[in-house]
Amino acid sequence: MASVCILDYGSGNVKSVFNLLSTLIDDVIISNEPAKIANASHIVLPGVGAFGTAMRKIRETLPMDALEQAVLTEKKPFLGICVGMQVMASRGMEFGEHPGLGWIAGSVEKLDVNDLPLPHVGWNNVIRKQASPLLEGLGGDPDFYFVHSFVFNLENPRHMLASTSYGEEFCSVIQHENLFGVQFHPEKSQRTGIKLMKNFLSTT
Amino acid sequence: MKKKRLIPVLLLRNGWLVQSKQFRRYQNLGNPVSAVKRLSEWASDELIYLDITRDDSYDLRRDDLGHPNRHNIFEIIEDVSKVAFMPITVGGRIRSLQDIEKRLALGADKISINTAALDEPQLVAAAAREFGSQCIVVSIDVKVTDEKHPVVMRGGIQATPYTPQDWAKQVEQLGAGEILLNSIDRDGMKTGYDLELLDRVATHVDIPVIACGGVGDWAHLAEALAQTSVDAVAAANIFHYSDQSIFLAKKYLHECGHNVRPPDLLTI
Repeated sequence: MASVCILDYGSGNVKSVFNLLSTLIDDVIISNEPAKIANASHIVLPGVGAFGTAMRKIRETLPMDALEQAVLTEKKPFLGICVGMQVMASRGMEFGEHPGLGWIAGSVEKLDVNDLPLPHVGWNNVIRKQASPLLEGLGGDPDFYFVHSFVFNLENPRHMLASTSYGEEFCSVIQHENLFGVQFHPEKSQRTGIKLMKNFLSTT
Repeated sequence: MKKKRLIPVLLLRNGWLVQSKQFRRYQNLGNPVSAVKRLSEWASDELIYLDITRDDSYDLRRDDLGHPNRHNIFEIIEDVSKVAFMPITVGGRIRSLQDIEKRLALGADKISINTAALDEPQLVAAAAREFGSQCIVVSIDVKVTDEKHPVVMRGGIQATPYTPQDWAKQVEQLGAGEILLNSIDRDGMKTGYDLELLDRVATHVDIPVIACGGVGDWAHLAEALAQTSVDAVAAANIFHYSDQSIFLAKKYLHECGHNVRPPDLLTI
């Protein structure tokens, strides 16, 4: 049975992620303690806000050694949500260039939308690029809820599981080994979001 | 492709869920939390929760649905965010950045302001800077007088000098992320949206406009999507009295070929 540790760097949407996971499993906590991270089978990093601010708060509040031990060495399944996905990149270009965690090669850049409004807010569908347990059982082109202006431009397109179109086609779901990331908010995406979270909890 | 949205509006008055007619008559419907769960299960796209209480008492005396008593909007937001896994907008009685912060912290995804924006337009700018445009909705109430369409405030009782399109443009420039446009004349009348008003405002701004006021039939929702450039259709009263109402509305729009999420019944 999965046990989840939700990391909280002070981004604000941690509670919604907790509420959703609590309907699926009993063993879910919000914590930044190294021991809790070490004990969990799955780790989730929710995030909202600007890239640089998020990275600064992450470095200030999260035990990076324990986290990298769990995620990069022990390879526990990790899910980054929205900015929580973006910070896995090498760098972010929001309000100047900032180094990211550098777990997946790429940079976070502003969505090129021509005359469409930004942020991209609302329900949009994702188009699968390759098969993955994360996107199983979701039907064709499932809809998820998005709120963002920046996107993760991958260096290696093989890390892209699904894309979404808004002005341009961008990467909405990524995977590199045990590292998963979604640009949308599964905790606000009702049935499809719940199913995706269930899929994540089933990965080992 | 980004979808058009169908949004139920829940009106809360002194802790009760109510129906409204032209902002003057209110009928109690019951417990606000169980209603939200029901609407979430029927896959509405978002939820707008407006507190139209005129004094400070919250009272859930008719607590006949097995939920504990709740006495203020904050406890209600907290309860609602535990059962509704969708974006929640909370409006009513918001006057300051602290009011906004408190609601967001408890689980609201967006806040809606109306009278406070008219009293102090810089609040919109400050809120957008602090929390991001994506979570700032400005609600605009419109009431026809002498064949004009002025914006009104304080729950519709006080006139303002603005036309709806000018005020909408102004709040867009201040940083509002969306407009919730409500016709008081159509509120609770079941005669359909004021389509001319919706289109006039929606074509004048670049941010999404949410239509509200007057839906008495699913066809009214389709009319607004077909004939105006609104981004979302909202309604209150119509969703409360029929079983699976959101599902049926969504099914109707989907079958008419509108760009909405497919109808769905949520089962966990």
